[in-house]
Amino acid sequence: MSNEIMRRRLITTVPLVALGAGSIGFYTMLNRMETGKFDPHDIGNPTVGKRLPDFSLPGFDGPGFTSAELVAEAAKNGPVVLNFFASWCIPCANEAPVMLALAKDNVRLWGISYKDHPTPLRSFFAQGGNPFARVGMDSGRTAIDFGLFGVPETFIVDRHGMIAWHLAGPLDADAVNQNLLPKLASL
Amino acid sequence: MKRFLVKRSKGFALSGVKGQSPLPFLLLFLFMCGPAFAVSDPREMLHDPLMEARAEKIGSQLRCLVCQNQSIEDSDAELAHDLRTIVRERVKAGDSDDAVMAWMENRYGSFVRLKPHFTASTFLLWTAPLITLLAGFTIAFIARRRSNAKLATPLDSTEEAQLAQLLREP
Repeated sequence: MSNEIMRRRLITTVPLVALGAGSIGFYTMLNRMETGKFDPHDIGNPTVGKRLPDFSLPGFDGPGFTSAELVAEAAKNGPVVLNFFASWCIPCANEAPVMLALAKDNVRLWGISYKDHPTPLRSFFAQGGNPFARVGMDSGRTAIDFGLFGVPETFIVDRHGMIAWHLAGPLDADAVNQNLLPKLASL
Repeated sequence: MKRFLVKRSKGFALSGVKGQSPLPFLLLFLFMCGPAFAVSDPREMLHDPLMEARAEKIGSQLRCLVCQNQSIEDSDAELAHDLRTIVRERVKAGDSDDAVMAWMENRYGSFVRLKPHFTASTFLLWTAPLITLLAGFTIAFIARRRSNAKLATPLDSTEEAQLAQLLREP
C-alpha cells in the first residue's frame, strides 16, 4: 500500500517539478536574451581563428585597399578593427558615433561598405563623419568570404593577419567597453 | 449571440459587400503572400538542365542566413540570391556537391546546412525520434504486461468459496 501512496505522490510531484524547472529555464533564457548575453540568432562565425580572406576592393574616392595591405598594417602597427557597414543601413548610422569615438581613441579602424554606391556613401560620411583610415567598397563577394549575413558586422585582424574576434550587429558602448577594447588590449 | 456572429461574418472583407467584387481583396491576399513566390529568377538558372537540377538540390540543403528557416532556393533575401549565384558558379566550374557544401561551410559554419552532420553535439537531434519511439514501445510493453498480470491473478480460497456459493444459488 505504501508503494501505491509513493506512486501517487510521484505522479503529482514529478510534473510540477518538471514544470517548475522548465519555467526557470525559460525565464533564464528570456532574461539572458534581454540583457544581450544570449542571442538565438547568433550562429558564430567560422572565420574567427582563420587567416583573413583575400580581397582587393576599390575605394569610393581614391583607392580602396587589399587584404595584403590590411595584414601589413596590422603587422606593422597592431590589430586593426574591420567594420562592414552600408550607407543604407540604419543600425550602421546608429553605430557611427561609437565608431568616431573609437577612431578618436586611436583604434585602427578600416571600413568595408557593403553593396553601396559612392554618392550615398559620401553623404553618409558627410552626415555622420568618416571614422575609417581606409574604406573599400564590396559588391557582396568579399562579405560572403567573411561569412557575413548582414550589416553591420565587425572583425578584429591581429598582427599575424588572423581574424581574432567577430561581432554581428551594431557596436554599442557596452560592446566596445566589455568586449572590443579588452580583446584589442589582449592582442 | 448567433445574430451577432452572423453580422460580423457579413462584415468580413472576403465575403464581399453587396454589389462589390471580392477580387481586389483576393488580389491583396495574393500580394501578402509574396515570399511564397520567391522562386529564382529564370535568368539565374543554368542552361544545362542537369547542372541546374544539381544546383537546386545543393541550394535546397543550404540555409539562408537571413531568413533562417528557409533554404537559399526558397528565400527572397538578397544574400540568398548571391549564394544561389555562387552555387551555380561552383557547379559550372565542375565542383562536386560536397565541395560546394564545404565551400559554404567554411564561411558560414555547420549552421548553413539544413541537414546537420551526425556528431556528438547533434547526436540527440538525430536520435530523438528513435529514442522516443523506443520509450513509447517500452511503456506500452510494461503497461500491457501489467494488465495481463492483473488478469491472470488466480482467485484465492475465499473468492473460490464465494464463486461456488454464487453458482449454486438458483
